[in-house]
Amino acid sequence: MGPWGAVRALGLALIAGAWFFAGCSQAERADLVLHNGPEPETIDPQILTGQADGRIASALFEGLTRFNPTNGTAMPGLASHWDISADGLTYTFYLRPDARWSTGEPMEADEVVWSWRRAVTPATAADYASQFFCVRNGRPIVNGEIRDTSRLGAEALDAHTVRVHLENPTPYFLELAASRVFFPIPRRAVERLGDQWIRAEPLPCSGPYRLLGWRVNDRFRLARNPHYWDAAQVTAERIDILSGDNPSTALNLFLKGEVDLISDRKIIPGELGPELAQRPDFHRFDYLGQDFIRFNTTRKPFHDARVRRAVAMSLDRPRITARITRMGERPSAAVTPAGAGGYQPPAGVPWDPVSARRLLAEAGYPEGRGFPVVEYTFNVGSRIYEQTGVEIQAMLREHLGIRVELRPLEWKTYLAEMSALNYDFIRGSWVGDYDDPMTFLDCFLSDSGNNRTGWKEVRYDRLLQAAAAEVDPQRRLGILREAETLLVTEAVPVTGLYSHVGLYAADPRKIGGIWPNRMDEHPFFSMRRIRP
Amino acid sequence: MKSWQARLALIPVLVWVVATLSFFLLRAVPGGPFDRERASASREVEAALKARYHWDEPLWRQYLRYLGNVIRGDLGPSLKYRNHSVNDLLGQTVPVSLTLGAMAFGVAMGLGLPLGTLAALRHGGWADHAASLLTLVGVCVPVFVLGPLLILILGLGLGWLPVALWGSWKTAILPTLTLGIYFAARVARWMREGMLEVLKSPHVQAARAKGLSETAVILRHVVPVALVPVISYTGPMLADLLSGSFVVENLFQIPGTGAFFINSFFSRDYTMMMGMVLFYSVLLQVLNWMSDLLLRWVDPRIRS
Repeated sequence: MGPWGAVRALGLALIAGAWFFAGCSQAERADLVLHNGPEPETIDPQILTGQADGRIASALFEGLTRFNPTNGTAMPGLASHWDISADGLTYTFYLRPDARWSTGEPMEADEVVWSWRRAVTPATAADYASQFFCVRNGRPIVNGEIRDTSRLGAEALDAHTVRVHLENPTPYFLELAASRVFFPIPRRAVERLGDQWIRAEPLPCSGPYRLLGWRVNDRFRLARNPHYWDAAQVTAERIDILSGDNPSTALNLFLKGEVDLISDRKIIPGELGPELAQRPDFHRFDYLGQDFIRFNTTRKPFHDARVRRAVAMSLDRPRITARITRMGERPSAAVTPAGAGGYQPPAGVPWDPVSARRLLAEAGYPEGRGFPVVEYTFNVGSRIYEQTGVEIQAMLREHLGIRVELRPLEWKTYLAEMSALNYDFIRGSWVGDYDDPMTFLDCFLSDSGNNRTGWKEVRYDRLLQAAAAEVDPQRRLGILREAETLLVTEAVPVTGLYSHVGLYAADPRKIGGIWPNRMDEHPFFSMRRIRP
Repeated sequence: MKSWQARLALIPVLVWVVATLSFFLLRAVPGGPFDRERASASREVEAALKARYHWDEPLWRQYLRYLGNVIRGDLGPSLKYRNHSVNDLLGQTVPVSLTLGAMAFGVAMGLGLPLGTLAALRHGGWADHAASLLTLVGVCVPVFVLGPLLILILGLGLGWLPVALWGSWKTAILPTLTLGIYFAARVARWMREGMLEVLKSPHVQAARAKGLSETAVILRHVVPVALVPVISYTGPMLADLLSGSFVVENLFQIPGTGAFFINSFFSRDYTMMMGMVLFYSVLLQVLNWMSDLLLRWVDPRIRS
């Protein structure tokens, strides 16, 4: 064999490549193809935190309640009905007798209780275990102060009845019960495989679909779960859920009709958002999320509330939403989006550069003289964050005469710097876990790991405690409003910029059973393919 | 030049040096895998998570543990993809990148060699100029321009080919071209230059003087020698092609290794990052070694 061997070897490689593809014949298109955004970090409902992760988990599993696809409120799920005691502290859920795993095994009440005890065990390392703080002894168990998880306020009264004892009346508890960390998980599989139970084959599922295949950075292939209690309503036999993080690619696939639904705004090209939102197959909605600015209250000059308020009063928020975000976001100086659980947030500091200058002078910086150069930190990766930084820089120079330097950081560095309080003021955002102001406000409790401002205020902590204990819903919202006023009008360790707008792409001629809602919950049981 | 046995024996040592440097350099970067937007439910929960990945141990012990596991063939759990081990992720994605890379290599050689040969044989003619222009464009247009252009024309415009995903043979055409065209242009240029040089050399004139037909001269006396510069570049080129391209795989949403080269760093998925470093350095070393072997066999001057 001469050097031509190389050419021959090359020919063989080409033939091998062709054979490889001949081997995988074109797979038939699934009934529905969804684009879900980035590859999930995990689909274990007790461990996951990401939205993409949660969507897969909610196709495969269900809680005692599930989300209503039209408005994101709770409706019966694995439990057919429930009783709530008059004081709002005791919930009794009645499991459906036909609740089963996709492997055919029945699901019983003690499996639900066992799952919840596992979720609160610190060794499980569930980041969302804090959702159990409203359940009796949930907090001390998660904090490691009580080791015996059987003291969690949840018990199986009989094979089909679960009783939950709450610490406080929790008006959003039924929504919590629909959230991922509350999903019952298959005990036998978990005991067999430990924390890798989700890779069990077959995986016992309780939701509308079961898992057929999972290829990383490619897709999840799901099949209808015949044992799902509401299987009659599920019409798509097969669903492919694609994973990928290139927005242009997702859009191309959608435009070519290879994808029926893009379920996440993050994988719709941001710069095209305002134009795409005009199309009939793109759906814009008010989303339960908020962008804001955190001030480092442990560091000069923002240790002074007057300085923080002066800065907050000099931010022309409508300019940011009209020029930069451009999707109809609602400018807001609060941290809670309007309407969460029927709540109206306070207006926060007013737009008032004149008073702002006076406040700054009172703090010792007349016309900005003597004010140190401060850094505005933000995470890179979005044109919006960068342009917002430039706007803030310009507004503060114009209205207060202070100099701001921009400090763009890559994501993990940004998070580490924010947690270490190594910043002057910094971009922040939060997405609600349930439709209630508490999910935003409890971030700023003195001992919350999400506070990240160094601000500790006993008065604020007490107000939130009082709100949690309040049975009357209107009075409760009143107390929360008082707390938020303290947070965003008086002390201002944080000041809002705007409330988020969601966007998803779904061709109404091809896919049905999806409605825009503030929680951005699109349950799989109601999704259907519309056939031409 | 060292013997091929000595070069082979050196590979594990080089890989160990690369692995050790990478291990400690990665840890010097600010931010870590457990810095998350949402704080853990409690300090206990956070501690349990860190303990699971031996994050609570001193760095030297983590290093020794890692090295021991690697020697046993276990690259550890991914710190980001919590239901997958690094072995599992590489096992799923490497075959995809290898397939795509091998096909792009086919394009590089299949287009590059004939084009370069043709240009050299028609030296100075219009065919040479046309080929030079083509290869210039091929080398200059970056994949992040070429890819979207091909998608726009062949995928969205004419609708002949899928715009993304990885499945049927049709899905492979656009990414293979996108990835292969640049290398085809490079190969064509080397081949042309190699041929031109060889065509002028005395042994070719001697072969012609013997009365051999021009075809025989080209095939037996010119091409094998002209291939030498191409082959010596084949090692690094194959390593580039086979290890997965971030841009091409991301653009066509292909489930290969490319995504992990970039993303595992941004998510501080240290074990996955280390897995990629090891994978790439082993691949590069082995392919370089193989292209050396091939050169020895093609070019008698190296053997002596």
